[in-house]
Order: sequence, then structure tokens, then C-alpha cells
Amino acid sequence: MATLDKKLDRRSFLKVSALAGGGMVLSFSWLAGCKPITEEELLAMPKEWFELNSYIKIGENGAVTLFSPNPEFGSNVKTSMPMILAEELDTDWKKVIVEQADFYPERFDRQFTGGSQGIRQGWKPLRTAGATARAMLVAAAAKTWNVSPTEITTSAGVLEHKGSGKKAHYGEMASLAATMELPEQVTLKETKDFKIVGSSKKNVDAQKIVTGKPLFSIDHKVEGMKYAAIVHPPAFGMKLKSFDKSSIAGMSGIVDVFPIRLFKEDYERNFFDTTTFPEILAIVGNSTWEVMQAKKNLAVEWENASESSFEVGGFGGRPNTKVTVLSGLENTNRHKEQMKEFITKPGNVVRRDGDPEGMFKKAAKIIEKTYSAPFLAHNTMEPMNCFADVKGDKAVIYGPTQAPEMIMGTLVQALGIPKENIQINLARMGGGFGRRAYSHHMTEAALISQKIQAPVKMVYTREDDMTAGVYRPTYSATYRAALDENNNLLALHVKAGGIPESPIHANRFPAGALDNYLAESWDIPSNITIGAFRAPRSNFIAGAEQSFLDELAEVMDKDPIEFRLELLKRAEINPVGENNDYDAKRYAGVLELVREKSNWNTPATGVHRGVSAYFCHNSYVAEVVDTKIVDSKPVVEKVYAAVDCGIVVNPDAATNMGEGAIVDGIGNAFFGELAFENGVPTKTNFDKYRMIRQKETPKSIEIHFVDSKEDPTGLGEPFFPPVFAALANSLYKATGKRYYEQPFAPQLEMQNLKM
Amino acid sequence: MATFNLTINGTSQQVDVDPSTPMLWVLRDHLDLVGTKFGCGIAQCGACTIHMNGNAVRSCQLPVSAAEGASITTIEGLSEQGDHPVQKAWMEHDVPQCGYCQAGQIMTAAALLQQNPNPSDEDIENAMNGNICRCGTYTRIKAAVKTASQNL
Ligand code: FES
Ligand code: FES
Repeated sequence: MATLDKKLDRRSFLKVSALAGGGMVLSFSWLAGCKPITEEELLAMPKEWFELNSYIKIGENGAVTLFSPNPEFGSNVKTSMPMILAEELDTDWKKVIVEQADFYPERFDRQFTGGSQGIRQGWKPLRTAGATARAMLVAAAAKTWNVSPTEITTSAGVLEHKGSGKKAHYGEMASLAATMELPEQVTLKETKDFKIVGSSKKNVDAQKIVTGKPLFSIDHKVEGMKYAAIVHPPAFGMKLKSFDKSSIAGMSGIVDVFPIRLFKEDYERNFFDTTTFPEILAIVGNSTWEVMQAKKNLAVEWENASESSFEVGGFGGRPNTKVTVLSGLENTNRHKEQMKEFITKPGNVVRRDGDPEGMFKKAAKIIEKTYSAPFLAHNTMEPMNCFADVKGDKAVIYGPTQAPEMIMGTLVQALGIPKENIQINLARMGGGFGRRAYSHHMTEAALISQKIQAPVKMVYTREDDMTAGVYRPTYSATYRAALDENNNLLALHVKAGGIPESPIHANRFPAGALDNYLAESWDIPSNITIGAFRAPRSNFIAGAEQSFLDELAEVMDKDPIEFRLELLKRAEINPVGENNDYDAKRYAGVLELVREKSNWNTPATGVHRGVSAYFCHNSYVAEVVDTKIVDSKPVVEKVYAAVDCGIVVNPDAATNMGEGAIVDGIGNAFFGELAFENGVPTKTNFDKYRMIRQKETPKSIEIHFVDSKEDPTGLGEPFFPPVFAALANSLYKATGKRYYEQPFAPQLEMQNLKM
Repeated sequence: MATFNLTINGTSQQVDVDPSTPMLWVLRDHLDLVGTKFGCGIAQCGACTIHMNGNAVRSCQLPVSAAEGASITTIEGLSEQGDHPVQKAWMEHDVPQCGYCQAGQIMTAAALLQQNPNPSDEDIENAMNGNICRCGTYTRIKAAVKTASQNL
């Protein structure tokens, strides 16, 4: 086999015939409900498929199936990743059938949805896979027509040799193409020649979604399947002591109740093995309602857990860390006190440029502000659930996961089944936001199924979901600015931390733009579990930083956009320090674009505006929020966003993503909050945990993409962090009060505003 | 356990379940109509919205015993070909992100338009306020309801 690229050659270009379990991956596609449904579609199905590589198979009639490798949680990768394949394959998008790939690391690279990296890291492999398949089709046509491949052109799934006037659609050449050698090199298209990438394509699952087809694992059912509910300790810091099986004996439809343990003693956990309760109870029965009823009646005794510690494998090649889970029942009031103590305590210096301490000593004026935000629950719309069928030494797991490869090892140890015998199928997820990178629910379902040796669907109640941990941490950040008597900025100091992690990104803006800069970090251990939440850390620190810069601009009597641009100019022309991890020019670019698109200097009457900008996940976003007070109610009239994320694969879907992230940010800024009393989360469902709804949504949102030829970067996350400050800065203009503490709604209510 | 005769999407169905069982679980577990979704179980999210005699109701709060004799419509029965004006508008605006809330959103919107074919912005906001979309597709939902109202 010719070499193309060692990694691609091994992983992505294996021919299906050479794969032992080759049939398996395809046979599970029905699980995701991807079977053709209409008669028309059935008629269009080919008699035979020819696989050109892991991602692409072509039928003799010209139909093209593209496998979307990554799990879909709503960011629309199931449409946009195949679009990239289709572009380089040069096929007709209308003839494409998209199938969700199952977890199959031998065939697909990086089947991980998170960190806004799907398109960025999939860009090259997907383009190469598409272009390679195209080259093989061209080679097949060249052989058949006895002409040089360089004389063959392709367009929308048709091969053509202009000299002889010969034409064929891909299906006619597919069987021969599948036997061709892999080309040593392939040429990728020039971006100017893109036809599919950059043009909006509808969500490939839209029809199924709007007609209620089973797409999610919670919808899955097989013959003989049992239903399971879980019961977990009521508080962080507690564990199972005992339970009384007889308390639910005789209840209708109840089969069994038993404890399950997620980790064997000697198992070394990986970074995504975060779970709050390593031992829980499972109730198994004949229907969801029956197990949920039994859940209410089950008599359980809990006890305080003692301190424990274990090693956790580092993520992305980082060293292992030792994690200590404290004993005790924690309280939000105490957390707040603990965080306050750090305002005056020294932190760990993570960056120092120039002589910030000296500047603060000689400053004519010092401005100091502290910002904070609470724990947040992810609250994915589809509660945690999973289907598992474990019999003997074989397991099939079908569930919502962002990170299948991170749970495989966990399943192997928990079940004692080799990984070759564990099949993980990827369900569409009813939201993820980071939560489903932690796939303990898969292990739980698998253990339950193994115990009963029957297929089972385990479903969390909303209350289980909201109180099972893996939250966005609570954070606090104190910003200080030293000014001279003319209000020139001499130095900036940020000291930020959280429970249990710090939100600081040491080398991000405004580092690099200031001669004298100091960043300190701290953290406070806790037994409340945390995990990635849409733009981890950035989702807090952006709000603090961009609110402070706004306040600073006001003191310095500068326009807030102009002030940021001045700092960015400095960072561009003469950056301070090393390792600044942003491109100041692109950063400034989005601010300029949002200034233009929002007519920044001429807002509509009665409208109060705030601006904010942030860089994360390799993308730059600036946002302007317009608010109005209508009948004593703050109303978000309009949000303008400008984003630089390189080439935009699917503009309308990208816009949808941006709108969603902005709504998410406004919702969490106004309402998001989870507190604790004696280790117990104070909110357990949407009656208390307020989510943004239709009425609080901005009346309109305008998203503008910087026209770019750069390779694509992150999109799902970068829109989120800047909203918090853009909203706070706008509300300040509307009410005359700064908002330092999230959520904002309680403070707005104290100002006699209606929320 | 008791037997209940139900009319769902125009078809008579019989189920043998506990009388307290909410229609949500009757539909999902017993009748394999899983388009109706579980989100909160306490009438706070709207994911489980169905029509009972043309009105939008939260099926997680509707015991099977109260559904007997009524005409129940679920997302699967909203239209035969998936071409109800609301469904079409949803596709035109490419509303869904994860898609999990959308069946409930669509059922709420369809009931609204049935009763009020020309809703104002405020009418739409009021009617749709009970349906949470964690992905934040609200602006598209609103636009799609307006488009649907023009194409009724
Ligand atoms: S599940 Fe019925 S309203 Fe949420
Ligand atoms: S589309 Fe995901 S919850 Fe609405």
C-alpha cells in the first residue's frame, strides 16, 4: 500500500475487507435511526456499496454515503464534517447520505466532541479523505478510458474527459476505484474553488427531528429490555451505608435493586473519569415510571464519606495528578468567605511583566474590583441516560458521549471484558456543553446490564441529573489597575481563583499589551465535582476582565472599543513578554467589525449598549449588547457579534450556534446559579433552577463572520464567554450600577426591576 | 394495573398500566412513540408537550386515566408526511441544534397557531415561554412560528 501519511494510512484508509469486524460498524447504523424512510429514498439506494475509505462509500448508482466521525451534540458536526468530505470528493451534496459513525478508533481519528476542535482538527483529515477518494475515482476513469488522469476533471459527482468527450458518474467507476492503489499524494482544492464549504446546508437530521424519530439513546428500545433508575447520595461528601430491599419489594414492575461500583480498587482513573458518586444504587424494572416510583420509596441510609485520594491520568500527555476528595458537607456561604480571603492573600504568580508592584506603589489612583460567579449545572435537555446490553463477555453500549475513547478503558476495567468485545455506538446527544465528556453513565448502564445479563436502558431523573455534580466551578477574580495623576494606565494586576480550580489564562490578553502586568492564581479544594462547561474558565474570566476594562475605560475617559484597540495595537506592534497566545490583529479585527456593524457611535434611542471581546478556542469574538428598560424590565433588544474563526464551513449552522451561545450566556448571566447547603444542591429541577426562556431572549441577534481564508477554528464555545461582560456593561449604562456578581437577576430585582 | 382505551394519532390503542402512569411514559415505553420527550417530569420544560383535544398539554402531568376518551396527538401524528406548516417552517429556519426540545416546541407552536393563526410577537413569547431550549434556539423558534402562521 502506498504511503500517504502514516497516521491516515493506518487509520482512515483501511479497506473494509481487511477489517475483521468490518461489518459490525455498519450494522449498527439502524440504531441511530439513519435508515432511509421514504420510498423515494429506498429506490435511490444502490444495490452495492463500494468503500473507498473509512469515511466514504459510493453505490453503483452514484449514491454517496459519508460517515460523520464525531459524536453530535447539537453543534451540527453531523452536517458540517460530511460537507468537508463532499467538497474534496467533489460530489453532489443532494446525493449524499450521512451516517453517524460508531466508535471505531481503527477507522477514525479523534472521535471527540469538545474544546470546539471538531472542525479545526477534522479539517485536514476530512479534506484528505475526500480528495483521496476523488483521486481514486479519477484513476479508475483514466484506466477505463485509457487516458491520463491529469486530463480528467470532476464536478458534482461526474468524471469527464474533455478530449474524448467521455463522461461517467462516480457510481460507474466506484467498483474499480475501490481497488485502486492509494495515491501517494493528493492535491487539495484551492479555497476559492469551494462549492459546498462556505454555503449553508440544512441539518441532515432536520426531518427526523421535526417528526419525532428516535435519534437519542433515551429513545432506544430492544426486545426484552429492562428499565433502570439510579439512586445516588443526597449530598456531596456522603456515601451509601445500607439499603432495604424489602422497602420496594412487591412494588409493581420491580425486578431488582442492587449497588454498583464504578471503579475497581487498582484502576487508575483518566481525566474524564470524574464521577461524584462511585457507588450508587440501581433499581431495575419493567418500565421507566415503575422504577421512578420505586426510587421514591426505597429506604436507604447514607453516611458521611471519609477523605479519599487517587491518581488521575493527565489529559493530552500531561502528568498524572493526585486528586483528594475532602470529607465534609460544604456550604456556599462558607465558599464565599473562603474566596474573599484570597483577595488579600498572595496567590501563585503565573505571569509578571515589568515592575507591577513598583507601579502600584507610585500610582496616583488604584481601582480595584472583585467579580464572582457561582457553580453552574449543565442541565442538558436530555437527562443522562444510556442503553447497554452486556451478556457474557460481550457488551454493546449505546449512549450520549462526547468522549467515547475516554470511557473505553473505564468500561474494560469495570466489566472485565476486553475492549475488542465492547462496542460503543454514538447516539445523538440532547445537548452536551461539556457534561457528556464524563461518561460515567455508560459505565453505570453497562454494570447494571451485566448484573442482570439483559439489555437495559438507564435514565436519570432531572433531579438525579442536576444533583449528580460535574459542575462549572465557582470563581472569583480581583482586578486592580494603577493609574497616574493623568489617568494613564501604569499597571494591571489580576488575582483569580476558584473552587476547586482557577480560571486564569496567564498568557491571554491583556497580557502582552501592558508594560507592567501581574497575574496570580489560587484554588481551594472541595469535594464538589467539576468538569468542562462550554468554554471552561474563559466563561468566567472573560466576564470579569471585560467588565473591568469597561470600568477602566470610563475612568480614563476613553471609548471602550477605542481603549481595547489601543491596548491591542500595543500588543501587535511591540508585544510585552513571551508566549502571548493570541493574534492581536485578528483580535482588533473583530472589535472593528462589531463597531461597524452595530453603528457603535450611533445607537438607537433609548438603547443602552455594552461591548466585550474575547479570544478562546483559537477564535476571536466581539459582541455588542443593546438593552432597554421597558416597564421596569430589562430587555435585551439586540446582540451584534463579530467572529473570526477562519473559513466558515456551514454559515447558517454556524450562525445558529452563535445565537445559541449568546442566549446561553445571557441566561447564565441573569439566572445561572447552583448553591449548596450541607453538601446538598439547593436546586434540583427547573422550577428552582431558572433557565433562560423565550421571553428573556434577545429580540434579535446579528452574527457577522470575518471573511477569512484561514483554516477553520473553534466555534461552539468562543461566542459564549464575551456575552457576560457585554450584558453587564450594557446594564450598567441602563441602570447606573455595575454588576460584579453573577447571577445578575437578584441584584436587578433589588433595584426594583422585574426579572 | 388497569386497561385503558386511548385514541392516539387517530388510532385506538389499549394499554395495561398503573392508572397513575403519566401519558409521557405510556407513549414512550408502552406505545413506542418516543418523539415526545422527557425533560423535567414536573411541567417546567415543555419537552413532553402533546395535544389533547387540540390543546397543548404536558404529558408528564397527564395520568393515563385522564386521557381516556380524549383525542391525543403526538409529534408523530402532527402530520402524515412531516409537512405540517410548523414542521416545514422549522426546517426552513433550520431551527434545531441538539433537537431534543424541538418536538415539544413544535407541538406548543402548532396548538398556538390552531387557536391564534396570527399571533403577535408577544403572543408567541407568552405561548412558547413554557418550553425550554437549552441550546438557545429561541430566536429561530420565534421566526419559524411567524413563517408557519403565514403558511397555514
Ligand atoms: S417533561 Fe413534562 S414539562 Fe418537562
Ligand atoms: S435544540 Fe437542544 S434543547 Fe432545544
